Amino acid sequence: MDLDDTPEQAAYRGQVRTWLEQHAAEAPVLQGPGALEDEAEILAARRTWQGKLAEGGLAGVTWPKEYGGQGLGPIEQVICNQEIARAKVPGILDAIGVGMLGPTIIAHGSEEQKSRYLGAMLHGDEVWCQLFSEPAAGSDLAAVQTRARLQDDGSWRLTGQKVWTTNAQFSSYGLLLARTDVDVPKHKGMTMFMVPMDAEGVTVRGLRQISGEAEFNEVFFDDVKLPADAVVGGVGNGWGTGLTTLMFERVTIGLGGEGMGYNSTRFAAAIAADDHARRDPEVRHQLGEIASELLAVRFTGYRTLTALQKGQIPGPEAGLAKVTIVSGAIKAGDLIADVLGPDALDESSDWSYMISFLPGLKSAGGTEEILRNTIGERVLGLPPEPRLDKGIPFSELRSKEGAAA
Amino acid sequence: MNLALSDEQVFLREAARGALSRFKTLEAAREALDGDESALPDLWPTATEAGWPGLLIDESHGGAGLDAFDAMLVLSECGRVIAGIPLLGHLPASAILNDSAAAGGAAPMLEQLATGEHRAAYLPVCPADDLDARWTVDPAHGFERPSAPVTVGSGDGQATVSGELAFVPDAVGADLLVGVALLDGSPVGVAIEGTAAGVSLQEVSRYDSTRKLAHVSLKDAQATVLAGSAESLAGAWYLAQSLIAAESLGSVETALDVTVAYAKERYTFGRAIGSYQAVKHSLTEVLRQLENGRSLLYYAGWARVGSPGEFPLAASAARSVAGRALDTAARTMISVHGGIGATWEHDAPLYFRRAQLSRRLLGGTAKATDRVAGELIAQADAA
Repeated sequence: MDLDDTPEQAAYRGQVRTWLEQHAAEAPVLQGPGALEDEAEILAARRTWQGKLAEGGLAGVTWPKEYGGQGLGPIEQVICNQEIARAKVPGILDAIGVGMLGPTIIAHGSEEQKSRYLGAMLHGDEVWCQLFSEPAAGSDLAAVQTRARLQDDGSWRLTGQKVWTTNAQFSSYGLLLARTDVDVPKHKGMTMFMVPMDAEGVTVRGLRQISGEAEFNEVFFDDVKLPADAVVGGVGNGWGTGLTTLMFERVTIGLGGEGMGYNSTRFAAAIAADDHARRDPEVRHQLGEIASELLAVRFTGYRTLTALQKGQIPGPEAGLAKVTIVSGAIKAGDLIADVLGPDALDESSDWSYMISFLPGLKSAGGTEEILRNTIGERVLGLPPEPRLDKGIPFSELRSKEGAAA
Repeated sequence: MNLALSDEQVFLREAARGALSRFKTLEAAREALDGDESALPDLWPTATEAGWPGLLIDESHGGAGLDAFDAMLVLSECGRVIAGIPLLGHLPASAILNDSAAAGGAAPMLEQLATGEHRAAYLPVCPADDLDARWTVDPAHGFERPSAPVTVGSGDGQATVSGELAFVPDAVGADLLVGVALLDGSPVGVAIEGTAAGVSLQEVSRYDSTRKLAHVSLKDAQATVLAGSAESLAGAWYLAQSLIAAESLGSVETALDVTVAYAKERYTFGRAIGSYQAVKHSLTEVLRQLENGRSLLYYAGWARVGSPGEFPLAASAARSVAGRALDTAARTMISVHGGIGATWEHDAPLYFRRAQLSRRLLGGTAKATDRVAGELIAQADAA
């Protein structure tokens, strides 16, 4: 049992560290003195930085070499993330594209699509967004209603709405899951498309959250024309293509847990700074319970890495870690607000931002309830909830009547 | 990065499971609750055959020279079947003696303790923390923690020890009692023969028939002063924390398995009850806490050797999570089984009883949880 790098991993870490030491000065400053403030400037600087990371081999670590990646494994990706964090420089701008959508195109796209889009994605020249979730299709993603209709000339016309779309406001393209056939059961009638975000009929609107900031967008499609070669992975295969994306999403979240900054050290420091709270038995008890679970998540991460390194699929602990992180951070925010009082809720406070952000995070990437269902069924082998939508054409599903037809 | 079990560790775990499966430990626990203590099997010969008493003693003294994590694997198997086996007392005691021998000090009976010919029990003394500068022991009643026993040295490596320790696991019948006493206010390791003059034990039983406890009273009891650092003496406390955590998580595993099996076969309103989200989510909650506990056992197992400064935090966190996990698992076991789960017809009350007592021994999970906070506050101060 050890937490050490193998000699090969240590060599790779050294290589990444050396590159970062040589190039850290070129990274954009996003926090502290001298930080960039103008949104457009930040965006431009982060694009440029992503391009440099890509040239240095620090972006697309797991992508095949033929598409500009390094052809390495998830462990090397984690090492690279750790070193970027250690160097206190920003990571890539388009983590969603490079981490999830690019790998989906690599798995399902045509050669023309791969050669046209992947290079620009990797270098940050064209940012991508994920157009999957809808107002009535989140946990039940296969309920998407955004409709793409085939035209006589082989092109498509797209109408509908997507939501929770990170980065849509500056993306060049989106990977979009649409319904193309309503007369088959819902998992079968979907197709994945590449959508240019500057196409006529695409409207992006920021969606403000509890904090007041708009980190997500709503995206509307009003009779948007798409060419035949916008289809990724074949007509009617949208669900299978989408599952590939979701698999990479889980890997990305699973490997990035502590990176969210929800860790015991940070929360304990807030308590330790208050002379009375740090001696209060009730505060200490709550801190101890929260911190114990968050410490567990760190080692759960190491267990996940061990499994990946051995070529195994990570166990249930990886999926449950998200529940632990979010619920632990919610309790920590509550405790810290109890200790600091209303100041914790000052709009300029980090804690205020965290407290506002977490209720939504609980549902991000699938609600906690759906995650618990999945784990109960796949891991514990419990019988599934009875379903009313199996084998029924989408157009006949009562709740969807009229909406998609 | 490698947190996987080695082949030897898998074998150790499987061998333990096999050896313990030859006994009807759950039935015995129920009979003992009914007053028939003789029903409890003597598992020490099984432990001795398997080499468990010497797990943490160096090979040069006849032990296996393994690490805390290996001991946790064995304790976890004991917990799976609620086996009453006096390793919780023996193993931390053997670790203190082994450290003393390694530091060139005395280590009475070490070879016999390695083979299991003799048995030791740990006198649990909780190290000082950021709020209480004293080393303390569990009280026999109430909330206030008394100070550790006091020793008076006679200069020739011998001393006399006086003090009271309550609810000491496995002390009854132990050949050697090993713990911490204060010599001029500083902690030293002491070893006291179980039959020494001035040692008196009051056997006590609380709620869980499989757990042998005693109040230990020492009045000028003759002791050997051991070598070894304060860290080593504190380490025994944290080792005990991680062992009871492992044992608890073993019980969680079985409780969860049994409950999941029932949720698949029991039907209400035409459906297996495990298909209801209310039931499914409560079972995944047990799994979540179990997996968190397992991760912390890895942390504790790694830290004791790889980063000793973190061992107090890691072991305390493991204890805190494991104690809660067992309580959750036992309560879920009862509620999913419905009324029958709360009766002696079922095994669930045995897990429930184990959970309630375990959470109050060795400082209790509350003390461990507070320690997690204390360690992190100290880390924050140092940063």
